[in-house]
Amino acid sequence: MPVITYRDALNQALREEMQRDARVFLMGEEVGVYQGAYKVSKGLLQEFGEMRVVDTPITELGFAGVGVGAAMVGLRPVIEFMTWNFALLALDQVVNAAAKMLYMSGGQFNIPIVFRGPNGAALQLGAQHSQAWESWLAHIPGLKVVAPGTPHDAKGLLKAAIRDDNPVCFLEGEMLYNTKGEVPEGEYVVPIGEADVKRGGADCTIVTWGKQVLVALQAAEQLAKDGVEVEVVDLRTIRPMDEAAVVRSVTKTNRCVVLEEGWYFAGVGAQVTDLVQRECFDHLDHPVLRVHQADVPMPYAKGLEKAAKADVPKTIAAVRRAMYLD
Amino acid sequence: MASKRRTAEPRAKGAPVEAAPPDEKALHHQLLRSMLLQRRFEERCAEAYAIGRIGGFCHLYIGQEAVSTGTLSLLRPDDYVITTYRDHGQALARGIPSRAVMAELFGRIDGCARGKGGSMHMFDKATNFLGGHGIVGGHIPIATGVGFAIKYRGGDQVIACFFGEAAVNNGAFHEALNMAALWKLPVLFIIENNRYGMGTAVERASAINDIYERAASYDMPRGQVDGQDVFAVRAAMKEAIDRARAEQVPTLLEVRTYRFMGHSMSDAVHSTYRTKAELDEYLKRDPIALLRARMEDAGTLTQEELEAMDAEVKAEVQDAWDFAEQSPEPPVEALFEDVLVDTTSDVLHAGRG
Repeated sequence: MPVITYRDALNQALREEMQRDARVFLMGEEVGVYQGAYKVSKGLLQEFGEMRVVDTPITELGFAGVGVGAAMVGLRPVIEFMTWNFALLALDQVVNAAAKMLYMSGGQFNIPIVFRGPNGAALQLGAQHSQAWESWLAHIPGLKVVAPGTPHDAKGLLKAAIRDDNPVCFLEGEMLYNTKGEVPEGEYVVPIGEADVKRGGADCTIVTWGKQVLVALQAAEQLAKDGVEVEVVDLRTIRPMDEAAVVRSVTKTNRCVVLEEGWYFAGVGAQVTDLVQRECFDHLDHPVLRVHQADVPMPYAKGLEKAAKADVPKTIAAVRRAMYLD
Repeated sequence: MASKRRTAEPRAKGAPVEAAPPDEKALHHQLLRSMLLQRRFEERCAEAYAIGRIGGFCHLYIGQEAVSTGTLSLLRPDDYVITTYRDHGQALARGIPSRAVMAELFGRIDGCARGKGGSMHMFDKATNFLGGHGIVGGHIPIATGVGFAIKYRGGDQVIACFFGEAAVNNGAFHEALNMAALWKLPVLFIIENNRYGMGTAVERASAINDIYERAASYDMPRGQVDGQDVFAVRAAMKEAIDRARAEQVPTLLEVRTYRFMGHSMSDAVHSTYRTKAELDEYLKRDPIALLRARMEDAGTLTQEELEAMDAEVKAEVQDAWDFAEQSPEPPVEALFEDVLVDTTSDVLHAGRG
């Protein structure tokens, strides 16, 4: 099976879906002539032309709204945010327009749109460029929220998102674009709403998603050296959440650690914890533990940034605590 | 009754009244009926609100009817309309049945948004009515997106996008106009300048008075129109629509009008921010009274015709009320319907262009 980068996997998904459906177009800052701020759209302008690969001014609210309008009358926009950090300016369109249009029109106007871009922190980008947005987005009924952690899932989920008739927020990772993985040749789709067990284990479940999947797998590898077998449940889709997959794993391992990139307060981890206490109460051998970013804006200084992030050592510590090893 | 307010534009005494050509007469009657329907409909809305049939926020359009009718009387069925939360007038002028609009206001299942939208969120796919929207300025980029879709498909439709003068101070307005001008999209941006953003007068909110000049920033065709004169509205709109269809160029029109009622039902007709004297001055330019005067001058309206039309419109509104009242409330199962579509493109869009 070919091994390609997460970036190329997304590029393949965009190309294939644009070839398949003339209503699909890509719009955002630097997606065309510049070939994408992170080169995800490389070659697409040359193949599809400037009506379907549209460079916009720096106007997040505006072009998010353009996407909603185009979707409302039958096109299928893919709106790229250079990062989700900039999408805060566009949230009125994501929340008040895209998410609510079907409901407040009594079912008449669905909005088949994908809002996509890198989410969360990279390296030393400071407070305004380093924020994980999933809990904000997943809070809203009417949105689907997807966060693939591997090239395979990135391609399959982006294809599913483009074909979905609802608004889908697609969270990528700046630090993931260069990561590599096996991606099958030919057509496949990863259904939205299905978690995936990325590593099996009997001792403790780690529930995670997006770029933290790699952190969880590294932690699991190290823990295995000490004889602790971790099961890594990759949600892949945050909303609708595959609750059955979480429950299945935790009722087997009797322990649960939730690993997320963002802050703990009202984070997605709180939602997973609620699920586990509700559905797995009698199975738990330890309270659910959470690993997350320190509750501060992201600092610039290297050491402080490292201290703020949810990383492998913090994850290992949480699992060991859940196992009563420390 | 509109006639009580009719004091402006006195007709020259003794001017001959010639018989108008039949197509002109039909047009005049169509315009008057459209405006009268909005007026009579909303008079009953005020009544329905007072007795609790209509809840929430309810923003009446009375005084501005020449803007909706003047614009929408020129559109084709395949054109698009999008507007603000002050949307009853445009909904009726676009041809959404008065029954469906009233049932929506009453929160009933036969409403044009099945009771889920309410006063501020009228939607109707059959007439390409893309909604009343509740966030000031938020729907303006959506209109640009519809214009983009029209161009993308190579069509010659237009979208008429209505908003108040207060929205021009909002970032969404500028972002939307810039892209529409940059990409040459067939969008009519229509400022309904009724002088007040809620209770804040335009001169207290905008650094310039001739707010249509904001389009100069985008090198966009623009103009200012008397919004109380339905023919002036039509003339300006026709030029803009023709330009949009032929050249795919957007236009910004500032239509100067006035809201005869408060901002919403919770706002007195004249309160802290405007005087009764000011209101009385504007009432002299009631758009319906002005149209009647024009029609009488043109010989296209007799007193009998007016009375018959008014009676017919009142009967239609009563029928809408009766229909809305007997329409069931949405069943509780509807609560969870229409949050998401449970299909993918392959199913829903099969065979759709």
